[in-house]
Amino acid sequence: MSSAPPVSGLKVALFATCFNDLMWPETPKAVVRLLRRLGVEVDFPVEQTCCGQLFTNTGYLDEAGPAVRTFVQTFDPYDAIVAPSGSCVGSVRHQHGDIARRTGDARLAERVEEIAPRTYELSEFLVDVLGVTDVGAYFPHRVTYHPTCHSLRMLRVGDKPLQLLRAVQGIDLVDLPSADQCCGFGGTFAIKNADTSIAMGSDKSRHVREAGAEVLVAGDNSCLAHIGGLLSRERSGVRVMHLAEILASTEEEPA
Amino acid sequence: MSEGGAGMRIDHPHVGVTTAFLGMPTFQQAAKESLNDPVQRRNLAHATGVIREKRAAVVGELDNWEELRRAAEAIKNRALFSLDDYLMEFEERAAAAGATVHWARDAAEANRIVVDLARAKQAREVVKVKSMATQEIELNEALQAAGIDAWETDLAELIVQLGDDWPSHILVPAIHRNRSEVREIFLRQMKKVGRPAPEDLTDDPPRLAEAARLHLREKFLRADFAVSGANFAIAETGSLVVVESEGNGRMCLSLPKTLVSVVGIEKILPTWRDLEVMLQVLPRSSTGERENPYTSIWTGNAEGDGPQDVHIVLLDNGRTEVLADEVGRAALRCIRCSACLNVCPVYERAGGHAYGSVYPGPIGAVLTPQLRGTSSEVDQSLPYASSLCGACFDACPVRIDIPSLLVHLRTRVVDEHRGGVPRPEAVAMKAAGWMFADHRRYEVAERLATSGGKALRSPLFGRREVLRQLPPPLNAWSGARDVPVPPPESFRSWWKRTEGGRHEPRCAPHSSTETPSGQRTSSRSRSTEGE
Repeated sequence: MSSAPPVSGLKVALFATCFNDLMWPETPKAVVRLLRRLGVEVDFPVEQTCCGQLFTNTGYLDEAGPAVRTFVQTFDPYDAIVAPSGSCVGSVRHQHGDIARRTGDARLAERVEEIAPRTYELSEFLVDVLGVTDVGAYFPHRVTYHPTCHSLRMLRVGDKPLQLLRAVQGIDLVDLPSADQCCGFGGTFAIKNADTSIAMGSDKSRHVREAGAEVLVAGDNSCLAHIGGLLSRERSGVRVMHLAEILASTEEEPA
Repeated sequence: MSEGGAGMRIDHPHVGVTTAFLGMPTFQQAAKESLNDPVQRRNLAHATGVIREKRAAVVGELDNWEELRRAAEAIKNRALFSLDDYLMEFEERAAAAGATVHWARDAAEANRIVVDLARAKQAREVVKVKSMATQEIELNEALQAAGIDAWETDLAELIVQLGDDWPSHILVPAIHRNRSEVREIFLRQMKKVGRPAPEDLTDDPPRLAEAARLHLREKFLRADFAVSGANFAIAETGSLVVVESEGNGRMCLSLPKTLVSVVGIEKILPTWRDLEVMLQVLPRSSTGERENPYTSIWTGNAEGDGPQDVHIVLLDNGRTEVLADEVGRAALRCIRCSACLNVCPVYERAGGHAYGSVYPGPIGAVLTPQLRGTSSEVDQSLPYASSLCGACFDACPVRIDIPSLLVHLRTRVVDEHRGGVPRPEAVAMKAAGWMFADHRRYEVAERLATSGGKALRSPLFGRREVLRQLPPPLNAWSGARDVPVPPPESFRSWWKRTEGGRHEPRCAPHSSTETPSGQRTSSRSRSTEGE
């Protein structure tokens, strides 16, 4: 494990995201363990709720306003905000401005513009802010990585998650065919256009099985809930895991 | 004309931007049908896959592709920001070169202009160059109603027209058909409207192309009247540009005596030099070629060469209103290359017909509801016909941020429903918005969910980890996807209980359903556990 650069004096907050908070608590727990191991103490301000993306992407911009205001008030005091979700960070960086402007509160819009650039998806925070790719993880399994759309095309995280995964001890990382194709989750799209969503997801799960991996890893639990739900229904025997959990895994405390 | 005189009366569903789209199925309903068509699914997956690879290869070989995209975006923006001036300049230059310029506010006006011109020439048939604008206004149907046959001469459009079908792709209208289907259409239909297909026709592509060539040649040589669209209209010179692959356009643009071009007002380019950029980005994005085989450019008429009577119909049909929307207007940059269709995972599976418009795919989902408005169910459903994956924006040569436009139009659809009796979805959204305003409200909801989770994980409910069925409307999810039972403890409860994990016992002491924190492996096997 390379020595983690100290980010002394940096006040770092964890934005768990509402979906992880309730449904996938192991993911934000893994972020806490991982960052602590790297010498970064994260705070979890309990006032946080949701990025508002559910509303925004369904067309309910007014309803997203309170969530944005809560986000700004909660995270304003921090130097960096890290979240284990490309999609929620994408919403903060690319949608909060529009939502804030729509509320007519100019000060809120200004504060959004200040906070958005300090909000990082996990792999960005590790590689760009901390400057590490080898986080000292151990995970002796055959793994394939699905780059989620908002990480890939909204945040442009590029191969940062793969850089981190390649440095994991014991990992057998295999390519996912047609990796850049959307899995079909798409938030309320998965319900509103369930048939198309399932058709897309079935192709993704087929590619996962073709890859021959035991574990499908991604940076968004929402996409994983969709693909994992299909893989489970198919009794595929493939498990899905968030990137944070593999990176937090060690020989002493395996995931 | 002889054999084709009575013509084939094709009864198209109305998919233009003019008429009876009210009552069309929503995208969701139409997609449900088309997803079950195995032949179309295979045809589309294959065809879009091939075009995607071709495009990626010719785009990848340029080291200045991003610069070209930004230049193309800037050119179209410049044209749109001063569209009124450029249109006047275009009219002046085109008229000075011998063209007659007409202005059409909507489809009805445009159709009337073309029909009147055809009648004045006593034309009983017209040959057509592939044109999205004339499909949009349903010109063929208007000509038919006036007793004039309109013959599509682009190979794929011919397949669609003969097959009594409607286009499902901007560039490759018959993309949903395979060659054995094409052979059958040719054998069955060509004889009804002109030169029959040879009886020993096979599904060999050169044989199919030959049959089409012979069938069309007859029409090219006979027709006196042609109708085209245009890819670009150059203000500086008054020229029109048509970009094509088959040479049918060149035939239509040069052989007949009269040429009428229906051109959307957003097709304007300010200067001749702008073609330098556009003729690089269009073929690469469209057919995946460095250069298209035929580029025809004409400026008014030239004595003794080509059509002598040249008309241009400048079509608004809703474009001015799109231009007035500061966000939505980006869609007017579209050069109809169809790259967004070819990379779209939704289009690839649902197919073009599900979009209920001549403009399918991602660009159709943002253009159609703007041109037609969002009063019908189908047009309200179109902005939601996307997972917002963003592949379309990446592929777009004029950098239209289609995902943002989709969200913008979703907002419009929702806003238009505000004030009336709220739909269940709106009530749910309002409640959730209220909940997320304050973490204390959210925590109450979380406690309810984790309590439910604990109950389901108890022996009473058979220690469920996964749910296979949910009540409506969530059964749309659980129809094919298992749902994890909420874990017994939320992250924030854990954070409070253990002070951020600093005081975490190796085994959590609480209830029997609590997941031991040291055994994450079992608690994390989300997709492998049964009920």
